Parts: sequence; structure tokens; C-alpha cells
Amino acid sequence: MKLDRRKFLNTLLGVGGIGGIVAVLYPVFSFLIPPKSAEPKVNSVKAGLSSELPTNSAKIIKFGREPVILIKTEDNQLKALSAGCTHLDCIVQYKTDTKQILCACHNGIYDLNGRNVSGPPPRPLEQFDVKVIQDEIVITKQG
Amino acid sequence: MIKNTGSKFIAWIDERYDLSPIRNLLQHKKVPAHKHSLWYYMGGVTLFLFLVQLFTGILLLLYYRPGEDSAYESVRFIITEVRFGWLIRNVHSWSANLLVFFAFVHMFSVFFSKAYEKPRELTWVTGFIILVFTLAFGFSGYLLPWNELAFFATKVGTDIVGVVPIIGEPLKTFLRGGEDVTGATLSRFFGIHVAILPAIFTVFLGLHLLFIQQQGMHEPDHFKNLPEEKKKYIPFFPDFALKDLLLWIVVFNLLIFLSLYFPWELGNKAEAFASAPAGIKPEWYFMFMFQSLKFLPAHILFLEGELVGVLFFGVAGFFWMIIPYIKIKNKPNWKIQPLTLIGIIVVAFIVIMTVVGYLI
Repeated sequence: MKLDRRKFLNTLLGVGGIGGIVAVLYPVFSFLIPPKSAEPKVNSVKAGLSSELPTNSAKIIKFGREPVILIKTEDNQLKALSAGCTHLDCIVQYKTDTKQILCACHNGIYDLNGRNVSGPPPRPLEQFDVKVIQDEIVITKQG
Repeated sequence: MIKNTGSKFIAWIDERYDLSPIRNLLQHKKVPAHKHSLWYYMGGVTLFLFLVQLFTGILLLLYYRPGEDSAYESVRFIITEVRFGWLIRNVHSWSANLLVFFAFVHMFSVFFSKAYEKPRELTWVTGFIILVFTLAFGFSGYLLPWNELAFFATKVGTDIVGVVPIIGEPLKTFLRGGEDVTGATLSRFFGIHVAILPAIFTVFLGLHLLFIQQQGMHEPDHFKNLPEEKKKYIPFFPDFALKDLLLWIVVFNLLIFLSLYFPWELGNKAEAFASAPAGIKPEWYFMFMFQSLKFLPAHILFLEGELVGVLFFGVAGFFWMIIPYIKIKNKPNWKIQPLTLIGIIVVAFIVIMTVVGYLI
């Protein structure tokens, strides 16, 4: 195949041009993707004193970056579940009257074991282990 | 004297830059006058409200400070300390809502009068793109005061993006500036709201207006079929322009009335680790989509309900955009033509779902 001067220069310009555009776009698109934050992996957190958490109440605690709902049931059992609704990630709350977990965004309801009972949530809430060591509540990831 | 100086100045410009195209446009442009002429003014009102947004937005920028620790506080500062800050913020919020409302009215009036047909296909497409960007303006602006409602609405809104297969997750991370809605999201939304969207929006708005000037107003069938001598027109300048102006003044008064008597609440500051309060609602123009998603079961066949809903709205939106290119045969013995029927169903769906969203 005979490659004439014009074709050669056009190809060179074309390849060079595309290369130039890529060299500009690549850093721009890379810049748009947020860097992964180097937060240490959390396996357990302390969640305050058991005696300070009233019966039939709950609070939201930070488990690393994740919200976790800690519930003290009527029979003084402690339960910890992931607080991010499996539907669209709103933070759930404990309903003291119905003894259920409610997501107020779309009325998703879970029972105290995190099972999705009604409403749009597609999956149950993740369970966490709760231990009480000298009145201090310690929440640990399962598995 | 002033008039004289004015015409001298225009002559000076004219000599150098040739103003005849503008003069021709002003002298010759005419607008059809018929029983549905009212709808011609809806686009103009939308444009007016956009200008209000631009102006009040720039004013708010002087005091607003993005950031987890400053956004809410700076908006509170604007509405409590800055002189007339409450007014500017209310006008910005109300104008945003009216803007979306009139954009929808404009769009449906164009749809039902079939003004999108050849040769105005691209006016429709650019108009649709402008509408999508208008909604993006609304969505990104909603978060900026960093209050509870906006925080959870953004969490839900961006999470919905995440259900789209393959591109959903990366897009969600891109929008949120990380995995969760945080101060990083706020920075991003701020940048999108005040820089990226205005830049792109202006381009499409420019094209949209250019197309309209080039082609003139659409004449509906009942007008087009009239004999030439029965067709009535009014000059664009000054008749139509003055009527436009009158309506703008009416809308401006409405805007001020709403801002004075129905101020927007700021609510509580967003907190990342607090339960979502009851009554989380998106802005009303997203309500019909939000409500439809609520009605879907958790699973439809093997797909998550949300995904089915999102795909449905995506595909429906796409078809709506390319409607000028879709040929549906008219049925001569139907009372309502198929496309009109589709339009009526779409409007009914949006209205009913929005109302239901507020009642339930």
C-alpha cells in the first residue's frame, strides 16, 4: 500500500489529535470521581451505658460511617440493627407505640429483628451483635 | 434632546455594525391572533421567571456559604440579618416553583397544539432538554440550605439514581461526591447549581430562542386552514411585546404576593445521624414520580420495584423528547386522536399522582 504524504500527515494529525483530547479529558474525568476516603474499618463501637438507655427507647449511633439503631426493648433486651433503610437509605426510627422500626420516608416497616414487614423495603436490616460489658454497650459487626 | 441623542447613538452603531436584521425582525415579525393565542405567552413567562432566578440567585451568592458548618447558618443569616434577605430568598424559592409550573404549562400547550411538528422538531427537543435542566436546577438548589427535609430528599433522590444498572452506582458516587450525602455532596451541588447548570442551560436556551425567532410562531391547524383574508395577525413589536410585558408584571406581582404571604420555612439543620422525620417530601414537581415509586411493590418479577419504576420514567421521558419524530397515524373516526389521548393520559397521571402524594 502506498502511503502518500497527505494521508500520512492526516493520520498523524488524527492520532495526535485524539491523543491530545484524551490527555485533556482523562484528568478531568478522574478529577470528577471522588477519592475513596481512607477511614479505618470499624468492627466494634462503644455505645454508652446500658443503664442510661431507658426501656422501650432507641438511639442512632455512628458505626464508622454507617448509622446503627440501638433499641432497648420492653423486656430490656438490646438490639442493634443497621439504621439505613434498605429501600432508599433514609434513617429509620423506633416506634415506641407499635414496637416496630419505621422508615418515615416511605412508611417502610421492620420488626425488631430487622425483618421487612411491610412497605417498600426489599431486604431486612443488617443485624449487629450487642454485648454489655460492665454496663458498657458494645456493638460488633456479625460474621 | 434625549430622543435625538438616542437615535444618533443608534445611527452610530448602525453605521458600524449594520442593525438591519434586528430592525427587520422588529418590523416584520407578526404573531397569529386566534382563540388559543393565550398559550403563546407561556414561554415568555417562563423566560421572565428564569431571569428573576438569575438575578436573585446572584444576589444570594453574595452571602451564601456552602459547607456543612456554614450553609444552613448562612441561609439563616440571609433571612434574619441581611436587609430584605428574606424577600430575596423567598422570591428565589417561589420563582423556582412558578418557573417549573409555567415550563410544564408551556410544554403541554405546545404538545396539544402540535407545535412540535415539522419544521419545529428541534425547538421541542431543546425545550425538553431545558426542562430537564430546570428540574436539575430545582433538585440541586433544594439541598443548598442544608436542612433536614432537603438532606433526606437528596439521600432518596440520589439513591434512586443508584438503582440504574451499571452506570447507577458510579453516577450516584459522582453526584454525592462520595458514598453518602455529606458536605462533599453540598459542595458538588453548589458547583452544579451555580456554575455547571447555568452554563449548559444558557446554550440550550439560546438555541431554543434562536429557533423560535427564525421560524416564527406556530399556526395551529384551525388557523392555518382559514382563507388568507380571514387570518388575523398582530405585530410582534410593539403589540405582542407589550402584552408580554403586561403579563410579566402580573406574574411579578403574584411572585411578590406569594413571597410576602407564604414565606418558605428553613426548618431544622440537617443531621447525618438522626432518624428521618415524617413527611419527607420531594419538591412538588417530583412528587408524581416519587408517589409512583411508592406504589410499586418491592419486587416485580425478578427486578426490584424501584428499578422498574426508574427505567419506566427514563424510557417514557426519552419518548416524550423524540415525539416529533414518532409517526402515529390519525384515526379519522376517532373523536380524540391517539397522540392527544396519550397527552391527556400523561397530564392526568401527573396530576392524580401529585394530588395523591399530598393526600396520603
